[in-house]
Amino acid sequence: MLASGVLPSPAPMHIPDGFLTVAIAVICWVLAAAGLGVALWRSGKTLGPRQVPLMGVLAAFIFAAQMLNFTVAGGTSGHLIGGALAAILLGPWAAVLTMTTVVSIQALVFQDGGLLVMGANILNMAIIAPLVAYGVYRGVMALAGQRRWGLFVGGFAAAWLSVVVAAVATSIQLAFSGTSLLGVALPAMAGVHVLIGIGEGLITVGALAFVAAARRDLLQPSDKPVRGLGWAAIGLAIALVVTLFAPLASEHPDGLERVAENLGFIDLAQDAPYEIIPDYALPGLSEGSPAATILAGVVGVLIVAIIGLGIAFAIARLRRRPMTREVTE
Amino acid sequence: MRDYFHVSRIMLMHIHALDAYRFKASLVHRLDARVKLVLAVGFIVSTALTPDGAWLAYALLAGLMLSVIAAARLGVGFVLRRSLVALPFALAAVTVMFTTDGEALLTVHVFGGDLSITDAGLTRFVSVLLKSWLSVQMAVVLTAATSFPDLLRAMRSLHLPKVLVAVIGFAYRYIFVIADEVARMMRARAARSGTLSLSEDGALSGNRRSGGSVFWRARVTGGMAGSLFLRSIERSERIYDAMVARGYDGEVRVLRHPTLQLGDLLIALLFALVLALIQLLARLI
Repeated sequence: MLASGVLPSPAPMHIPDGFLTVAIAVICWVLAAAGLGVALWRSGKTLGPRQVPLMGVLAAFIFAAQMLNFTVAGGTSGHLIGGALAAILLGPWAAVLTMTTVVSIQALVFQDGGLLVMGANILNMAIIAPLVAYGVYRGVMALAGQRRWGLFVGGFAAAWLSVVVAAVATSIQLAFSGTSLLGVALPAMAGVHVLIGIGEGLITVGALAFVAAARRDLLQPSDKPVRGLGWAAIGLAIALVVTLFAPLASEHPDGLERVAENLGFIDLAQDAPYEIIPDYALPGLSEGSPAATILAGVVGVLIVAIIGLGIAFAIARLRRRPMTREVTE
Repeated sequence: MRDYFHVSRIMLMHIHALDAYRFKASLVHRLDARVKLVLAVGFIVSTALTPDGAWLAYALLAGLMLSVIAAARLGVGFVLRRSLVALPFALAAVTVMFTTDGEALLTVHVFGGDLSITDAGLTRFVSVLLKSWLSVQMAVVLTAATSFPDLLRAMRSLHLPKVLVAVIGFAYRYIFVIADEVARMMRARAARSGTLSLSEDGALSGNRRSGGSVFWRARVTGGMAGSLFLRSIERSERIYDAMVARGYDGEVRVLRHPTLQLGDLLIALLFALVLALIQLLARLI
C-alpha cells in the first residue's frame, strides 16, 4: 500500500543521495549543523520543558499539513510545504527545528531525500526557507504596522519567496557538484517554484486568516528580541549569500556557452536591449573574473535593498505625520 | 512535496500503513541498529566517492547491495519498487550530458543548431543515476529492517543532539494521529463540496474542478491548515500536561543500548573491508 502510494514528487526539492559530491554534502552539513545548533539553543531557552512535546507535535502537524491539497486544473494540485507558515506561527528558531524534524523523517522513513545529502536538504528547506520567510514577514509587518493587510501581504510574500530561494539554493548546490549546469538548472528550478510558490502563498494566507480569526493571540509573539527590520536584514543577508554563491557555482562556465554556440543563440545573448550593469561586471575590474561578477551581484542586491529600505523609511515617516484635516468620527 | 499515500484510500481508512518497517526474521533485522546506521551511511558515502565511469566498482557495489537485500529477506522486488522514488530527480542531471566537454556521440538538430551528447557527459549522467539508485536501495533496506525506535536510539547513542532526536521521535509518534485528523478533514471537505465525482473504485476523486474558483479552494485549504494548527497546538498542551502529571521534568530518558556483540563488530569490520576494497579497485583500474 505504501509503495503504491508513493507518487512522483511535483516539486523536485528533496535532493537524493548521489546528486551532490561528498565535499558539497559535508559543507552543507556543517552549515546546517550551525543553524540547527542556534535553533536548539534558542528554542530550548524560550520553551524549556515544553520544547520536546510542542516541537514534536508541530513537526507532525507540518508533515500532515503537507497532505492537504486543492485542485488547480488539469489534474494538478497545489499543496503546502510549510516553511513560511511554521516561521510565522512559531517564530524562526522553532520553525527551523520543526522543519528539520520533518525533513529528517522524510529522509529516514520515506527515502524522500538522501542521508548523506540530508544536510543540504535541511539547509534549503529547514533553515534558509523559514529564515527568509520570517525576514520578509517581519519586514512587511513593520511597514504595515497594526493594519490587517500586513498579515496577508507579508504571509504571501514570505511563503512565495521562501520556496523560490530554497529552490535557487538547491540548484546552486547541484551546480557546485557538477551535476547540472547553473545556467539551465537555476531558471528551470526557479521557474517551477515561482508557480509552486503561488499555491504555497495562497494556503499560507488562508491558514493565517483562520488563525487570526480564531486565536489572534497566537500571532503576536510575546518575546521580540530583534525588531522587525532587524529580521528583514537577516532575511536580506541570506538572500545576499545565495546570490554571492551563484557565480562561483558554475564549475564549467563555458558549458552553456558551448550549447548556445551550437544552437546559434550566442549572437542573441550578446545584444541585450539595455544593461544596467554591463555583462554583470563593473568597469575597472577585469571583465568576467569571479570577483567582478560577485561584486556586480552585491551591488545589485544593495541597490534593491536601499530602494526597499528607503520606501519603508518614507512610509514610516509619512505615517507619523499628522493629518492636516482631522477626520472626526 | 510528495504524496505519501493515495488520498482516495485515506478517505476510507486509518493511516497505519505509514510505518515503513517490515518485520522479517533475518540477519539484517537482528544486526545492532547502530551498526546498521553506520554501515548504511558508510555505503552511501562510499558510493558517492566512487569516480564517474568506474563501472566495475558500480557492479561490485550493486552485488554487495543485492546480497544485503537477500540477507534481509525483504525481496528484490520490494526494494527495487521502493527505490524508484528518487527517479524523477534524474531530470535535474540531464543537462550534464550536453554540457560536459568531450567527444560528441550523438548530435540532434534543434532550433536550427546542433546539440550533442558527449561521451564524458553520458558517463557523468549514468554515474549520477547509479550512485543515486544504489544509495536509495540502501536507505530502503535500513528503514525496512530497523524499527524506528531502534533507529532513534542508535542516533542517540551516536551522539546526535538529544533534544533533536527526542523531537523526531515525538513527531513520528504523532504523525499517525495528526494524519488521521487530516484524513477526517479532507473527508469532511469532500462531503461538503457537493459536485465531487466518484471514480470507478468508489473512492472520492479530487480531480474534478469543483467548489468555486482556485482562490476559493486555496483559501478553504488554508483554513483547514489553520484549523489543524490550532488543534495540534491544543493537543501538544494536553500531551505536555499529561507528561508533567506522570513526572516529566524536561529530561528525555531512554533505555541504554545493549553492548555490541562480537557478531555485530565482525559484520561491521567485514563490510567496511569490502567497501575499502571496492574503493581501491575503482581507483586502480
